[in-house]
Amino acid sequence: MAIGIKKVARPRKMSFPEALYLVEIVKGLGVTMRHILGNIVRQEGIKTIEYPEVRRVMPPRFRGRHRLMKRQNGAPRCVACFCCPTACPAKCITIVAGESPDPAVEKYPVRFDIDMLRCVFCGLCVEACPVDAIRMDTGWFTPPDDTREKLIFTIETLLEK
Amino acid sequence: MEAVFFILFGAVAVGASIMVVTRRHPLSSALYLLMALFSVAALFVLRQAHFLAAIQLILYAGAVIVLFIFVIMLINVPEERLPSERMTAMRVLGVAAAGILILESALLARRFAMPQPPVAEVGTVEAVGIALFTDYLLAFEITSVLLLAAVIGAISLAKKKI
Amino acid sequence: MTAVLFLVVVALARIAIVFSFCFGLVVVFTWAERKGAAYIQDRRGPNRADILGFRAWGMFHPLADALKFLFKEDFIPDNAQRLFYQLAPMFAVAPVLMSIAVVPFGPDVTIFGRRVALQIADLNVGILYIFAVTGMTVYGVVLAGWGSGSKYPLLGGLRSSAQMLSYEVSMGLSLVGIFMVFESLRLSRIVAGQGELLFGFLPKWGVVVQPLGFILFITAQYAEANRTPFDLPEGESELVAGYHSEYASFKFSMFMMGEYLHMVIGAVVVATLFFGGWQVPFLADTGFVLPGGASVPLPEILVIALRTGSIFLKSLFFTWLYVWVRWTIPRFRYDQVMRLGWKVLLPLSLVNIFATGLVLLLLGK
Repeated sequence: MAIGIKKVARPRKMSFPEALYLVEIVKGLGVTMRHILGNIVRQEGIKTIEYPEVRRVMPPRFRGRHRLMKRQNGAPRCVACFCCPTACPAKCITIVAGESPDPAVEKYPVRFDIDMLRCVFCGLCVEACPVDAIRMDTGWFTPPDDTREKLIFTIETLLEK
Repeated sequence: MEAVFFILFGAVAVGASIMVVTRRHPLSSALYLLMALFSVAALFVLRQAHFLAAIQLILYAGAVIVLFIFVIMLINVPEERLPSERMTAMRVLGVAAAGILILESALLARRFAMPQPPVAEVGTVEAVGIALFTDYLLAFEITSVLLLAAVIGAISLAKKKI
Repeated sequence: MTAVLFLVVVALARIAIVFSFCFGLVVVFTWAERKGAAYIQDRRGPNRADILGFRAWGMFHPLADALKFLFKEDFIPDNAQRLFYQLAPMFAVAPVLMSIAVVPFGPDVTIFGRRVALQIADLNVGILYIFAVTGMTVYGVVLAGWGSGSKYPLLGGLRSSAQMLSYEVSMGLSLVGIFMVFESLRLSRIVAGQGELLFGFLPKWGVVVQPLGFILFITAQYAEANRTPFDLPEGESELVAGYHSEYASFKFSMFMMGEYLHMVIGAVVVATLFFGGWQVPFLADTGFVLPGGASVPLPEILVIALRTGSIFLKSLFFTWLYVWVRWTIPRFRYDQVMRLGWKVLLPLSLVNIFATGLVLLLLGK
């Protein structure tokens, strides 16, 4: 795009009734009164979403709280391949691998912690996962809590959702 | 009843006035001056001079002292840079002279009875207005010319180019 | 003895009624401010505080606010001048409360065969008393600004005291026309004068005989109360919260209360001086007397109720006007405020005095 000069119109000179300001104030008061009466008569015109009771429907690709997927027998689908902690820019995933009791599966995560205080919700862990074990499609924000410890989500919490 | 209020407000006025000259910090002095003006306004009310009391509060308490405080705030001298108080010979003499003056005025005041509160409403807005615009018209007009001269002087001092 | 007792009881009752009216209006006012702002901006506003599940459209929020202020830490900054810092909130509230004393809330009523004026004190200097007393509120601002020992409060304090001083001049002068028309400073006389009719059908309200005076007064009033569009002392983007930046807890709530009381009393004064006070158009002591000659007789108690109700409604409207204007008009720049005050309002109020005098002279009064 060519760089050029854009002329911005100077504010035009106010006519006398405008410069007097009073008429314009009354007009403005009319506008605000219209809003207030309209909102009292038609409550549905108010845009506020009353959050805890009413929740906004998130778009399908919204990246919310993580969840870990399960196999059909209920065991975690994760194979503890360490792809997600490697991809994570915030270094918030901690995995401790162990040998799976299931002979068909090599490894499983003994620990799978996500520090929600450090997570930046970039979604790279989801992209990195080769077995589609981690997803961010819950549509939830991180809920608030009292202590830092409670916001390090363990594998049990992550499997629940 | 009236004597009680007179003594109360009189004492406050005198006490506050003493504080005005003895305080080290100028802002404290200004606030004590406000207190003194307030008590004097109350004394005016006791003498039925309501108009004078209201004007005293509006002009002195509401405007003049505020300007004082304004200047003090703008200059804003820190506490430690205030000049320290010293006992000089002049000050000792000044206190002595003030004591003699108070004694003299007390002796003089004993000669006069405390005046009875005026029966007619001489302090009302109407009475003051009528007196001002009939008997004292010349003085009033001269004062207003004087004030006008002061206003013009202030403007010419403040503005470099008129 | 009974006469003295009666007087004392009446005096105390009047003070109690007026105070509870003012404080009640302040509570409703804070609620209306938040809720009104929300509805003007297409929001819902406060609606969470509840008592046993009743939310009452957020009506309990002022209560919750007050409780919160009471239980906060009463903090004094290290740099503050302790005495001035503590005095400032008192200067913000006390003078405003005193000023309500001269406003008449209704006509004289007869109780147990004695005439009782519905007014705490009917002073001869009337409105001058209000000016004298509300002029003291500027000390609250100045002391808070200076006593906090911090730069933003100092700047805010300087700004608002300069503003209050400048607008006090035009506020006083804009009322001179009213005094000339009604020939008194006594508020009871001014209200009584507004009960007459002009040309046989138009109520002789202050706003009818002094339209320019009304506009000037209400503008100056908004500037006095540090209210939008003149709320520069609290220009958040420049001065944090202005002169009360360093205040917390109950001291802050006293500033808040003083500010809202100032507005409530401003509303009552506007209603009294320019909108007939307790007068209802065409309502005489015995009932409605319409200009055509028709009349509707009413019992005395109903007339008194109508009249006290009318000043209540008028005050309510003008309090609402403060909210309404606040959420409509943006804030002025500081030099614009000063220019408006000294170069527009002051000359206009002088012109208003001159014109009023000329008309009165031509009418041969």
